[in-house]
Formats: sequence, C-alpha cells, structure tokens
Amino acid sequence: MSIPLNWYLILSAALFCIGLFGVLSRKNAIAILLGVELMLNAVNINLVAFWRYLDPAVMTGQVFAIIVFAVAAAEVAVGLALIISVYRRRKTVIADEIDLMKW
Amino acid sequence: MTADKIVFLLCAALIISSALMVVTTRKLIHAALWLVAALFGVAILYAILQAGFLAVVQVVVYIGAIAILFIFAVMLTRKEMLDKGAQTRSNWWLPAVLGVLILVGLVFLILGQPIFSRTAAQIPVEVDTLRNLGTALVSQDGFVLPFEVASVLLLAALVGAVYIASGNNN
Repeated sequence: MSIPLNWYLILSAALFCIGLFGVLSRKNAIAILLGVELMLNAVNINLVAFWRYLDPAVMTGQVFAIIVFAVAAAEVAVGLALIISVYRRRKTVIADEIDLMKW
Repeated sequence: MTADKIVFLLCAALIISSALMVVTTRKLIHAALWLVAALFGVAILYAILQAGFLAVVQVVVYIGAIAILFIFAVMLTRKEMLDKGAQTRSNWWLPAVLGVLILVGLVFLILGQPIFSRTAAQIPVEVDTLRNLGTALVSQDGFVLPFEVASVLLLAALVGAVYIASGNNN
C-alpha cells in the first residue's frame, strides 16, 4: 500500500467535478441522473479511502458507504419511475420542457 | 513506481475517461454503457483498498441493478430525443468552467494538507474487516439503527417506484 492518500482524494475530486458538469450541462433528465451517479461514486471512493488510511479496525467508513449504496438505489428507482411517468404523459424527457409547475 | 501504483493509475485513467464519455457522448445508451465501465473501475479501486465486500456490492448492486435500470429507462424513452438537436445546453461552457474551478480549488486544498500525503499501514492479521463490518451493522452499539432505516427507505422507494411507474393512477 505505497499509494499516498491524496491520489485517491484527487481522483475522487475529478470524478465529482465531471459528474457536476454532467448534471449542469445535460438536457436529458436521464443523463442528469447519470451525472448524479458519478458524484455519488466519488463520495464513496473518499469514504472507503479514509476508512483504509485512518483506522481499518473502525468500520464507520464502510458502513457509511453501504448506506450511500442503499440511498443511491432508492434514488435511481424513484427518479427513473418519475421520468417514465412524465414521459408517458408529456412525451418528453428534456428537463427544460417539464415546466408544468413553473408560474 | 511499484505495481500497485501502476494498477491504480490504469484504474484512474479508466474511471476518468469513461466518466468523461458519460457526460459528453451523444447517444444516451452509450452513456449508460460507459457508466458501467466507470463503475467497474471504482470496484477495482475498492479491491485495491482491501474493501472486498464493497467491491462485490459495487458490481452486484451498481452494475447489476442500477446500470441495467438506466439502460431500460433509456430504451423506454429513447425515440423522442435520439440524435435530435443538441444533447447539452447552449451555455454548456458555464458548467465546464465551474467544474474546472472547483477541481482546481479541491486539488489545491488536498495538496496543501501534509496529513493527506500519508500511506496506509498494513491491516493487522488479527483484524478481520469483513467480520467487523458484519457485527458493526447489526450490533446495538454499532449501526443497527441506520441499517434498519436504510431497509425502510428501500421498501418505501420500492413501493413508490411501482406506484409512480405503473401508470393507472389517474
């Protein structure tokens, strides 16, 4: 394990910023969710790296990562169900055109 | 340059290049497949970090369930948007500048902390991390409450997703 901790932190920062770019620049609602998945993975890399490099006998980092897995699965299931429901009614998946609640 | 550094750098190149393809490629089904590649790279990272259980969960839950869900959603909604017009907003350079600025700031912060340049100690042989993880998830002085809350959250998400997507709830 000769890899310094900051290599993991820089990789996860880069992954987070790529995901942020995807969330902010894409028009398709499904592509926005893909960006969110990249950001969640960046967070998980950070959590597991800190678990391994600080104290591997304390499992807080891995437990936190497992909770993030569960929340990501719930988020994707509900988010894609909403997108499919909107697509069925309005025939669009472009986030800008879903403006029913805009005043 | 030791072997694990070379593996890490190859893995990082795989993750970053596939993530860039996820956010830039035009066809959404290809973006979902590139996401599978990025998630697989993250699973390799977990294996390097000696978190074997998380590596398996990453492959089973993320690649096996979430990525497949994405591919199904793309196939159910694709014909409206496939190859028609731009896939990104007209002012896409603004998020790009924002992302690069945040990345530069984060790298500056990370490299400025000398504690982050440490390397990991060997895990002692008497510490069984998998066993520790299992006990921590279900013991009362551990994380049994977050564990149960996560299961309730998954149940609620399951019921909610089925209700929203079933279509006969006018």
